[in-house]
Amino acid sequence: MSAVVAEHDDHHADEHHDHGPAKGLLRWIITTNHKDIGTLYLLFALAMFFVGGTMAMIIRAELFEPGLQFVDPAFFNSMTTMHALVMVFGAVMPAFVGLANWQIPLMIGAPDMALPRMNNMSFWLLVAGVLLLASTLFLETGAPNAGWTFYPPLVLQPITVGKAMPFAVFAVHLLGISSIMGAINIIATIFNMRAPTMKMMDMPLFVWTWLITAFLLIAVMPVFAGAVTMLLTDKFFHTSFFNAAGGGDPVLYQHIFWFFGHPEVYIMILPTFGVASTIIPVFARKPLFGYSSMVWATGSIAFFSFIVWAHHMFTVGMPIAGTPMLFSIAFVVLFTMGGFTGLMMAIAPADFQYHDTYFIVAHFHYTLVPASIFILMAAGYFWLPKWTGHMYNEKIGQLHFWLSAISVNVLFFPQHFLGLAGMPRRIPDYAVQFADWNMVSSIGGFIFGASQLLFLYIVIDTIKGGTGEKVTNEVWEDASKHSLEWTLPSPVPYHTWTTPPLLVPTEHVLDSH
Amino acid sequence: MSTNVAYYIPHKATWPVIGTAGLVTMLAGFANYLNGSSSVGPAFMVAGLVVFVIMLVGWFTLQAHESETGMYNHDVGISYRMGMMWFIFSEIVFFAVFFGTLWYTRNLSVPWLGSGATKELLHSAYEATWPTNGPGNVGGKFEPMSAWGLPFLNTLILLSSGVSCTWAHHGLLAKNRDQLIKGLAITVALGFLFVMFQAFEYHEAYTEMGLTLGSGVYGSTFFMLTGFHGFHVCVGAIILSVVLFRSWKGHFKPENHFAFEAAAWYWHFVDVVWLGLFVFVYLL
Repeated sequence: MSAVVAEHDDHHADEHHDHGPAKGLLRWIITTNHKDIGTLYLLFALAMFFVGGTMAMIIRAELFEPGLQFVDPAFFNSMTTMHALVMVFGAVMPAFVGLANWQIPLMIGAPDMALPRMNNMSFWLLVAGVLLLASTLFLETGAPNAGWTFYPPLVLQPITVGKAMPFAVFAVHLLGISSIMGAINIIATIFNMRAPTMKMMDMPLFVWTWLITAFLLIAVMPVFAGAVTMLLTDKFFHTSFFNAAGGGDPVLYQHIFWFFGHPEVYIMILPTFGVASTIIPVFARKPLFGYSSMVWATGSIAFFSFIVWAHHMFTVGMPIAGTPMLFSIAFVVLFTMGGFTGLMMAIAPADFQYHDTYFIVAHFHYTLVPASIFILMAAGYFWLPKWTGHMYNEKIGQLHFWLSAISVNVLFFPQHFLGLAGMPRRIPDYAVQFADWNMVSSIGGFIFGASQLLFLYIVIDTIKGGTGEKVTNEVWEDASKHSLEWTLPSPVPYHTWTTPPLLVPTEHVLDSH
Repeated sequence: MSTNVAYYIPHKATWPVIGTAGLVTMLAGFANYLNGSSSVGPAFMVAGLVVFVIMLVGWFTLQAHESETGMYNHDVGISYRMGMMWFIFSEIVFFAVFFGTLWYTRNLSVPWLGSGATKELLHSAYEATWPTNGPGNVGGKFEPMSAWGLPFLNTLILLSSGVSCTWAHHGLLAKNRDQLIKGLAITVALGFLFVMFQAFEYHEAYTEMGLTLGSGVYGSTFFMLTGFHGFHVCVGAIILSVVLFRSWKGHFKPENHFAFEAAAWYWHFVDVVWLGLFVFVYLL
């Protein structure tokens, strides 16, 4: 179904003088333009990546040696809690929403998101939520420190969380409303705003993965909101949901939390798959293998089919390997590792050994950092030339890649050994037998953290002109066979597809026709 | 049906950031109040709420104006309907959490507390029955709420309001403005009557039955479920009041009345949740 009429009315064209962005700072505050809002999301996510990253550096510095060196245990626990919350809700999720804002209308031939005013509000609610959360760093009792999972009864004790708890709960509410608004917008845009000739099975896989992610968001964010609401009333309004004395059960919280928490990891990984499935075929110069089965596989979250497909693409042969492709290849290899350690955890008797150890920390960081984070980097290298019209510095890009890819393994691989040897997570001090691998891990962490400054440099440099090389509309050879955005000028104009495109590329869905 | 204009893309939206500022001010004030601030906290809450309400009035006035001047074509209407539909879906999930909590508590955690090692070693005197305020007798002795007094009356009221709402919709479609206004007025009146009876019910619970939010897990689930529902009835009744006001001003046409539809969907959603409450909270 098409949302836009093909021809403009004359009186409508007259209004065009009014359609440029507002001037100055106000432009960014009141904008309804999907590209502006996408940029806001991406820049905010990048800033939060460094805020959350700084917290990770503090954690690794404290763990460099046994004993307490730099921070007291309560602050250490605040850092692990806040690092998780900031990275999940402030960096990874918003970064993918930023990509969705930029790319979905471009890829499906829509003039903007379906509900542009609500799109603006989604972004500002995100900022408000993160600010409310970050404000707890300045409370005398400190930021939340019971872990990002907020398990009762720990989170309900007076001392553990202190005054931060209601702020954290309301921050979750705001972030939840923001995510739900964003998801509703994405669903309405994809269903209602596609170019007239674009069928659902013609959509780029990135659009498909985001559609499925949006449904997940609407289905689980209210669950998280409900869970933390009950924590709030248990703490302040005398309810007994998680209090056995009153007939409740603290384990109920864990059920509800993970009803949200498990889909949450798919929320962070499905758009990752979508971006990888966009980049790899362009660089492999091949149509995406098994498009329709990919759509169904993503829909049923049968991600083994994804790994099989990705491996297939990996060995097909890749004539060019720019930085986006390098990050994508690293993702395919390293995410598989995270997947395998995940399988180990699914073996219930063995999991008793791993539970709450550094093995778990290693596992989920392998699924998040070399997967979601690497693919977000890849997406930056892949689309920045399109968005800005400038080429990034390939040499520094590749340096960034190799430093990141090596140091991320130095950082997280030893944590498997630590965990199997019995080192618990969320602890600022440890027994001396864990010292060597912790030191290796911290060194990897510091290199990884410092390497990301290269990415920041590249983003700023590219926006300001990059190599000075003018990029073509396609940027990447034959990219316009894969999806619509590469048929637009580089940089893309402020308003695009005010009249929808009549032809849509089908290279990426070759096998489904 | 289509007004033959392109998909309307609004520019320069000021209300979203104002609403966000109001909301975060209100919540920051509430958090401070919970932490023991009795002056600054409530002041921020009130200030934030005022800003939030101003935003609602301003934003909806703007939307109503744009709709009445024909700026929305058929496809914009579809986007709005999808938005409302998935918003209601998210609300259903939110209520499902509390229904799920009630189910888990009654069928799993309470029986566990009253059986096996838990009973033998910890609470030998505790009988796992429903309603319960747990082995700790949290909140003291209380009387559970019966289904056949005010709750049953409220069921009849809410079901009738669903009928009057549909009757108003038929009036709108048949260009019978009088029927539209009468139907909406009846619906709004029944909605507020429901809220009033629920207030009586709560008052009786607190003052005569010893039943409070603190009455163990029965009080927790009872007031959480009925309280959130009552809040949604208030919101729905306010939305319907606005639709009534707009109908009286001559807004809406048989082919263009998204606000009416959205309000009606929301009202039916509130209605269905109540039926779930009546069965699972009061009756069983």
